Amino acid sequence: MALLEVRDLKTHFTTDDGVVKAVDGVSFSVEKGKTLAIVGESGSGKSVTCLTVMGLNPRRGVEISGEALFNGRDLIKLRGEELRKIRGDEMSMIFQDPMTSLNPVHTIGGQLREAVLVHEKVPKQQANARALEMLKAVGIPRAETRMDDYPHQFSGGMRQRVMIAMALINNPDLLIADEPTTALDVTTQAQIISLMTRLQRDFGSAIILITHDLGVVAETADEVMVMYAGRAVERADYKGLFYEPHHPYTWGLMDSMPTLSGEDTELTPIPGTPPSLLRPPEGCKFNPRCRFVMDICRTEEPELKEVPGSPAHLERCHLDEAVKQAEIERIATERLGAVS
Amino acid sequence: MIRYLIRRLLWAVVLFIAVTAVTYALFFIVPADPARIMAGKSASPAEVERVRKALGLDDPIYIQYAHFLKKLVIEGSLGTSYANRQEVNDIVKSAAPVTASLVFGGMIVWLLIAFPVGVYSALRPRSKTDRAAMVGVLIGISAHPVWIGLLLSYFFGYRWQVTPIQGYCEVFSPPPGQSQCAGFPIWQWAYHLILPWITIAVLYAAFYVRMIRSNTMETLNEDYVRTARAKGVKESTVLRSHVLRNAILPVVTMLGMDLALALGGAIFTEYVFGLPGLGKEAVDSIRRFDYPTTVGITVFATVVVITFNLLVDILYAYIDPRIRLS
Repeated sequence: MALLEVRDLKTHFTTDDGVVKAVDGVSFSVEKGKTLAIVGESGSGKSVTCLTVMGLNPRRGVEISGEALFNGRDLIKLRGEELRKIRGDEMSMIFQDPMTSLNPVHTIGGQLREAVLVHEKVPKQQANARALEMLKAVGIPRAETRMDDYPHQFSGGMRQRVMIAMALINNPDLLIADEPTTALDVTTQAQIISLMTRLQRDFGSAIILITHDLGVVAETADEVMVMYAGRAVERADYKGLFYEPHHPYTWGLMDSMPTLSGEDTELTPIPGTPPSLLRPPEGCKFNPRCRFVMDICRTEEPELKEVPGSPAHLERCHLDEAVKQAEIERIATERLGAVS
Repeated sequence: MIRYLIRRLLWAVVLFIAVTAVTYALFFIVPADPARIMAGKSASPAEVERVRKALGLDDPIYIQYAHFLKKLVIEGSLGTSYANRQEVNDIVKSAAPVTASLVFGGMIVWLLIAFPVGVYSALRPRSKTDRAAMVGVLIGISAHPVWIGLLLSYFFGYRWQVTPIQGYCEVFSPPPGQSQCAGFPIWQWAYHLILPWITIAVLYAAFYVRMIRSNTMETLNEDYVRTARAKGVKESTVLRSHVLRNAILPVVTMLGMDLALALGGAIFTEYVFGLPGLGKEAVDSIRRFDYPTTVGITVFATVVVITFNLLVDILYAYIDPRIRLS
């Protein structure tokens, strides 16, 4: 059985202007020790999906339905206190901006220790020892001397390492990383990603990696889910997604990703902007921005269905399989030429 | 940290010299002749001159200021009152505890109101309690302390007779024979100060409710609060250790400044309730053209304010590591 099994998850926010369907019927699963990448533009619902699983959405004006089975319990049905005991212990989360994610008035050691002490009755010394051990594991130089330092004495990359240490200190089954490298510079990004994959091997945690960086996905993911306007538009294992992408939005993401092949490939951005979730377009949510739009796309939203011949690959598009194959060819030669 | 303190301390000294110089000059620029007033209406010009010489008023003003500073720094003396030859130090010594009782007691009252109300409002924005609190804030900010003081003393003191209207009772060595202060000293002291405390607290409670509410709401949205929740920290601990710990930082700074402001605002309250505090003494001395007393009280108040600000700076450094360690 999967570690986390999410079925038909919906998170709707009631605002003064109407209902925002931030997450609208998303299903996915994460296997023990594996990595699921959730990809999509800002506002596609990837963060809200994970915050809902963690129970960290604001409490007012939210309507949540669906299931999220984690180690056999439905997280959506759990009461606040039960969910709190799971949070930080069996599953934990790190966030996009390490600069603001640590409390400025508590020491690094204190914040790490707190993560241990809320879940386990151990002496302070023992919690401290665990904190120090984790700081070393995430590669903080001279960790012994830095326990009593405050967050402002750390750089962004170092702070994200601290966040990772804090998230893994209780050896969780699941780590949710919400764009962990977006706020960091490129060399630091690579370090953080390799640190995460190394620690995943050591600790055996499953990871949900929220990102809009397909490069990061290629390096880390076992499974990929592409989200658009609160829905999954494509779900596949990493090979399926990169070598046989089936949705025009996924194609768009790939076309807007630079390659280092040196060939004369132009970057093609996806035209337009993500739709308003208050008044999403009729039919397929992507139709106003789609190069291949047909009449049916404007009236009827396609189902999430299996790709013929590969049952683990799901996609949500009306296009004819032949058209898709042609486009897959094109992307394979243009974008992935250097890879294959 | 040491450098921060030294910098603050130097600033305090500069501030002290600037404020005393300006105050001193200001009062002697006023077109009134203290020598003539002291000598009396029927005094001859020769007598006025003698008084002028005796008071040292014939020297140029910067010499007078130098004398004043010298006396202040070396002897610790604020000078002598023109009106009754009393040491200004003694006047301050008897009036300062009254004002201190009023302002600090008032501060405790306003913090006791503002913290629970502000935090509760922040946790339940747009609730009925929150809306009621915001209306209260508006009234508190709009109402003048004299009006509040008179209203309170009319209802509580006169109509319902539950509190005294006038006067002050000393805690230590209450003068014998004051029948209104008979009884346990601390109780009498507090009993006489209840209405003044409430009066002075209303305005500041209003300001602080609003400030604490908005600080708390802002801090609740901080990423590190979400981090704490993601760690599984109990909601009560999140509030105490992560939210309030950060939300009070600006409150501490404000407190230093507002204590200074309240010292000035205390004048109204002291007048309404007949408290012999610094504000009342200062106003009375201005009426009598008793410049040394006026200047003395101003200088004393300045020193107190500067000291407060220094203390707040130190306290701030203590609770905010970003200042302590940079």
